[in-house]
Amino acid sequence: MNNRVILTFTILLACQLAGEVITLLLHLSVPGPVVGMVILFCALLVRGHVPADVAAVSGELLQNLSLLFVPAGVGVMLHARLLADNWQALSLALVLSTIVTIAVTGLMLQWAKQRPARHAKEGENQ
Amino acid sequence: MMAATREIWVYLAASPLLHLTMTLVAYLVGDYLFRKSGQKALLNPVLIAVAILVGVLLATEVSYATYFEGAQFVHFLLGPATVALAVPLYRQFERVRHSGVAILVALLAGSLTALLSATLIAWALGAPQAVVASIAPKSVTTPIAMGIAEQIGGLPSLTAVLVILTGIFGSMFGTSILARVGVHDADAQGFALGLASHGIGTARALQVSEVAGAFSALAMGLNGLATSLLAPLLVHLLRQWLWP
Repeated sequence: MNNRVILTFTILLACQLAGEVITLLLHLSVPGPVVGMVILFCALLVRGHVPADVAAVSGELLQNLSLLFVPAGVGVMLHARLLADNWQALSLALVLSTIVTIAVTGLMLQWAKQRPARHAKEGENQ
Repeated sequence: MMAATREIWVYLAASPLLHLTMTLVAYLVGDYLFRKSGQKALLNPVLIAVAILVGVLLATEVSYATYFEGAQFVHFLLGPATVALAVPLYRQFERVRHSGVAILVALLAGSLTALLSATLIAWALGAPQAVVASIAPKSVTTPIAMGIAEQIGGLPSLTAVLVILTGIFGSMFGTSILARVGVHDADAQGFALGLASHGIGTARALQVSEVAGAFSALAMGLNGLATSLLAPLLVHLLRQWLWP
């Protein structure tokens, strides 16, 4: 554990803390860590580049992102009954919604990209 | 001998160390099988780890609350990891700045489609309110989705499971769905995969091409943000219409 790990973790935790405080103060319905993500994003925009230490440590953290889902996933044992009772609603909602979302998103981006002039105008009007 | 073993077990079962170690071991097993299989989507490391841990906990009659006392140290890192998503988001943001308006249009359409279709289908098929709120953020990356579920009255752990299943489904069938509806543009393919099926979809998009991977990572970050803004509003409205 060297200094850059501690420094980057301090930055990440400070952003999260600031995010939590802002969420509480302004009664936002956005999760605190998401506000923290926006804060770090803005800081990077201001700075103009990602510092090497922050890039290395956050890359390490995100590479093992799926491990962090495991404790929450085990919580499924608390909801075995709920899943069994609602399996039809849940599986249909999940499968149909994902199919429609993929199709709509892909078609929309393809369509919007083919009409750059028109959208530039719409963007100006907003 | 038996008495000594029992004593050690009683001590270990009550300390966070055992279940923290078990969480890491189960994940390493899942990750090993995933790599060994040539990264087959069905052998998702999280799915395998969860199955192993649930099996062990049921067999040893340990409650989720006791397990979580150890696992909370891993769970806690979801917060800083969510903040760290700003780094890839910033990198992709620089790269795709010029198609900004098209991305915004697709983001809004996709985010609303994901939220509305999931909640309305689950509601129409008779799922109770907490279950509908849990499936609403299913397309968003897990740390953000769990935060959203908590905000809108869902069950974060149920959301985590639904998010992982959505990712697996999207990565398995996403590219064939896109081909069938005539989306041949690599940017659009990647963006759709990342928006609908987050990190697991992004892994699939990276196999299509590097451009698709970049757009997928961007879509994953942007949809996390869009859904955390839209979901509370939408669930508030639906609550008034659907459960008066």
